[in-house]
Amino acid sequence: MTKMKKVTYAQAICEAMDEEMARDKNVLLLGEDVGFLGGNFKTAVGLREKYGDLRVKDTPISENSFLGMSLGMALTGLRPIVEIMFSDFLLIAADQLLNQIAKIRYMSGGQVRVPLTIRTTIGAGRSSAAQHSQSLHAIMCHVPGLKVVVPSSAAEAKGLLKTAIREDNPVVFIEHKMEYNHEYEIPEGEYTIPFGKANILREGRDITVVGTSNLALKAVKVADELAKEGIEVEVIDPRTLVPLDRDTIINSVKKTGRILITDEGYERCNIAAEIVMDVMPEVFYYLDVPPERLCLPNVPLPFSPALEFPLIPDQEKLYQKIKKMFKG
Amino acid sequence: MYFTMTKIRDFENAITDVYSRGLMPGLAHLYIGEEAIATGVCANITSQDYAVSTHRGHGHLIAQGADLKKMMAEVLGRKTGYCKGKGGSMHIMDISKGILGANGIVGAGIPIATGAAYSAKYRGTEQVTVSFFGDAASNQGTFHESINMAAAWKLPVVYVCENNLFGISVDLRRVTGNPNIAERAIAYGIPGVAVDGNDVLEVYQVTHTAFLRARKGEGPTLIEGKTYRHKGHHVGDPGTAYRLEEEKKAWMERDPIKTFRERLITEKIVNEQEIEDLEKESRKLIEEAVQFAENSPFPEPEEAFEDLFYETEGAEV
Repeated sequence: MTKMKKVTYAQAICEAMDEEMARDKNVLLLGEDVGFLGGNFKTAVGLREKYGDLRVKDTPISENSFLGMSLGMALTGLRPIVEIMFSDFLLIAADQLLNQIAKIRYMSGGQVRVPLTIRTTIGAGRSSAAQHSQSLHAIMCHVPGLKVVVPSSAAEAKGLLKTAIREDNPVVFIEHKMEYNHEYEIPEGEYTIPFGKANILREGRDITVVGTSNLALKAVKVADELAKEGIEVEVIDPRTLVPLDRDTIINSVKKTGRILITDEGYERCNIAAEIVMDVMPEVFYYLDVPPERLCLPNVPLPFSPALEFPLIPDQEKLYQKIKKMFKG
Repeated sequence: MYFTMTKIRDFENAITDVYSRGLMPGLAHLYIGEEAIATGVCANITSQDYAVSTHRGHGHLIAQGADLKKMMAEVLGRKTGYCKGKGGSMHIMDISKGILGANGIVGAGIPIATGAAYSAKYRGTEQVTVSFFGDAASNQGTFHESINMAAAWKLPVVYVCENNLFGISVDLRRVTGNPNIAERAIAYGIPGVAVDGNDVLEVYQVTHTAFLRARKGEGPTLIEGKTYRHKGHHVGDPGTAYRLEEEKKAWMERDPIKTFRERLITEKIVNEQEIEDLEKESRKLIEEAVQFAENSPFPEPEEAFEDLFYETEGAEV
């Protein structure tokens, strides 16, 4: 059996970067507060001391340009990791992300590789209001040319981040900010997790629940509850949204006849709609009830906890939503 | 350098010709009138250095030694073009020659060039990166953000602003408090030099100093080449309504190729026959490029699904 150890999600991220920087001198990290402070969410603690100022670079608050710089680095032999503190801030850098980084290989007729990892955060629940709480990964999936990773636990985050850094394509790596301080067991030593292979976290015969990011973990807890009531939930962590492992989801739904997708992005144009539409031609005649989704309602995130928490997809809402799919 | 300038002019004239013959899909932005800047700057570039271009990029690419046939084929949307017909005029790139690409978004190349310069510094090489952009790009945030970082970290980059006075139809002087772009360098604590962008030797000299400074690790320089776009914004645009006729006339008289030619002959550096031979050779090369492009096949429709990701070619969209 693999030997396990306890670390926080933030430490797992830091370990992944540390190991990859030790392995390849062309890997470097840049972003706001990644150096002296060790990252706003403590995901880069000790890296500047270990690797120096040129390799772990504190940038000014110029998201569009330092993200664009990372593309220039990736085109000239380096393998940069860029931290964009909040996915909300990626919108400032939308030109470099969506018009340049995503497209330069294609536009050049395949002349170049872009080994570039963009780490950013999603998730509400910190009373940070409408510009520091959004989960905008659906936008990254919409534009062709980016791989999009939504890890669930610390162990998943570490293995997937190492794969991202070794990948010769641009990857947007989406971390959930409410997870950083949570402790998890992760395997000791080096390991990577491939893209495009979903993880069945819990097997079940009655309903398929696809949960992105930490909602996959919440779905497992709900599944444990529902098992006591005789409902066996199959929980799938897709791990990567681009590429998406359709087959695992299709096979599961053929078995269960029900599908619910939960994701913390806004409900309109959510990735849930895309996944459902993607698998529907294969599973339509196997369905017992219409597909469902549990996402964030279509309003900006408010500041007061009294307003914020009732909107965020959580275990209780997921429990109720699943129960409803078994009524009538 | 005179040969480079004539090749650029002949290439752009050939673009006008293929466009009027209905052979060219879309549009292209012509560099006619600005040849001295690309030529004078790129005469300093070695095969190890990098440059990032703009939507008006043919001149930069030719001055960096790009293959004329592959360029023309790309402009005509052919399979044999630099980007296999996926990029067109605004996205020509030749990574093997350090040509990091033209760009369709105004100002977007400035951070990419700055990152290439960071990369050179990180890897400890003597490579210099040139960032070409126009006067209009100097009003984008990327101009300020990138030069600020390059100055803070003393990056080996030379910023070359081609001030041709117009962003499509908008006169720089109507939308800019201080239209002397080079003066902005003071704000970043780096040298800023304005040159006559129609004088290829002056451009060469100033860039030479900037390259030396960059290679010595002393950081970036901002060069403003004052020049004029002889044609409209793009091929097919008459570009007449928004210009002052007298100003246009004065600039046309100072055509960078015409004045350089006169100087080369007056100063007896070359004779009339030698210069005519160069001009003939230039026209021949461009004619060959057009012929190559016209005779090249178009890409197959299924090729649209290739080149998105490395490794997973065509597998995923």
